[in-house]
Amino acid sequence: MTISQIQEELIDEFSMFDDWMQRYEYMIDLGKSLPIIDENLKTEGRLIKGCQSKVWLNAELKDDKIVFTADSDAIITKGIIAILIRTFSNQKPEDILNANTKFIDEIGLKEHLSPTRANGLVSMIKQLKLYAVAYQAQLNNS
Amino acid sequence: MPFDIEKIRADFPILKRKVNGYPLVYLDNAATSQKPQIVIDSIVNYYSNYNANIHRGVHSLSQEATDAYEIARQKLQKHFNIKNAYEVIFTSGTTHGINLVASGFSEILKKGDEIIVSALEHHSNIVPWQMLCERTGAILKVIPMNDDGALIISAYEKLLSEKTKLVFVNHVSNALGTVNPIKEIIRLAHDVGAAVLIDGAQACSHIKPDLQALDVDFYVTSAHKMCGPTGIGMLFMKEEWGEKLPPYQGGGEMIKEVTFEKTTYAGLPHKFEAGTPNISGGIAFGTAIDYLNSINFREIEAYETKILEYATKKLLEIEGLKIYGTAPGKTSVVSFNIEDIHPYDIGTIVDKLGIAVRTGHHCAQPIMEYYKIPGTVRASFAFYNTKTEVDALVEAVKKAKLMLT
Ligand SMILES: Cc1ncc(COP(=O)(O)O)c(C=O)c1O
Repeated sequence: MTISQIQEELIDEFSMFDDWMQRYEYMIDLGKSLPIIDENLKTEGRLIKGCQSKVWLNAELKDDKIVFTADSDAIITKGIIAILIRTFSNQKPEDILNANTKFIDEIGLKEHLSPTRANGLVSMIKQLKLYAVAYQAQLNNS
Repeated sequence: MPFDIEKIRADFPILKRKVNGYPLVYLDNAATSQKPQIVIDSIVNYYSNYNANIHRGVHSLSQEATDAYEIARQKLQKHFNIKNAYEVIFTSGTTHGINLVASGFSEILKKGDEIIVSALEHHSNIVPWQMLCERTGAILKVIPMNDDGALIISAYEKLLSEKTKLVFVNHVSNALGTVNPIKEIIRLAHDVGAAVLIDGAQACSHIKPDLQALDVDFYVTSAHKMCGPTGIGMLFMKEEWGEKLPPYQGGGEMIKEVTFEKTTYAGLPHKFEAGTPNISGGIAFGTAIDYLNSINFREIEAYETKILEYATKKLLEIEGLKIYGTAPGKTSVVSFNIEDIHPYDIGTIVDKLGIAVRTGHHCAQPIMEYYKIPGTVRASFAFYNTKTEVDALVEAVKKAKLMLT
């Protein structure tokens, strides 16, 4: 699926809920199903700065696509990461770079998009995109 | 005046607002307090009616503004029972006051001198001193704490020696609410000839300290935690220290005479008040002090103690909830975690229910390190909070627990 198809799917899923509590419960469930990062990949270097909770993000290139795995010690943060990973993992660097994150607003999690929010969602997106930039350069050179 | 909670709440316009569709329950008073209308009016009145620069003009407006600012200084003097008004130095806040003193001591301390901090401090009362040690070669020693979050005074006594030059401890811990035995801490330091700075940022909205009785050398606080505005605070400095310490910043206001060969400094307090100060802030700080005294600190303390006891009891009924900071006689702060739920998760859910608490390390990472936790959820109460609000917190925390486990 393309990134925008996945985003549509997420918007669809979240539209079933009519209050924030159900949305959060769903997000927490998504967090629990997150593809957990390997314990030995939870290094200082993979920590994302700017989060009150700890977030580790790992990226690997498989063929021409980036596979992201991640974890957090806070479960709501994990839910947010799960949504991001579902959207951006297994995608080509170029597509990741061209994608926007408006869907976060549309699924009712807008408050997490503020750059001053301590959850670091914005830092996470930046980090995902930085990996995409790096891997795209690598692909172009090979 | 009897303590009338409904009347008091009506003084604070912000308490009428809603957050995320729920009535605001503001339990982050240790970070900053809300402001009563009379303080807000005082700022508006200054800018509407007598805004002028102070200590400089011969014109009437400047005189009015200068008088109001100096009257505020006298209000602080009286409130804290300070001997001379010129020992009250206006700062931008606690952090500024601490840095001012630390900077002055870089000309006094020598390599090998010792200075003592406590394990319970806010980063504001740690980092400036570490920087001072780097500049001077002085050595930083730490008074340890116990599991209740109280300082171990016997260990403090062992740290003191004739090498000790300065001790700096908070009056009340912002992360745990512990009230430190500052009178004893000061006396023991003075016995070895060391000076003492007390960080009163967290204390002054709950306690009215008598600085002459304490015989403290430096006492710092911030107006914004005492119903006053942000960007203004007080540094009390004993006159002898005011003479001894060099100025912190150069500029207007702090000089007696300037030539290109030599400048002579103004006397206290102006020596430490370079530049145009936060005039409206200083005046409104005075108004806030008047307001708190009109309610009466004894009443405030008695009421807050009841709220704290109620909150503690109700929260402890939640299974798996652990409170950090259990020293007797603490102020109205409850710092807690539930099992291994991350404090950030709890804070996020209760915020959705209109309740403002703080989560994280509360700028006191060494305390979190001691307990081996990433942080806590901290509810901190003021005299305008109610039992109904405590009930709302407890219900919200229960809901959060349900969602998060
Ligand atoms: C104990 C303590 N010290 C210092 C500070 C710093 O105060 P300010 O930020 O007003 O300078 C705080 C504020 O949270 C505090 O609680």
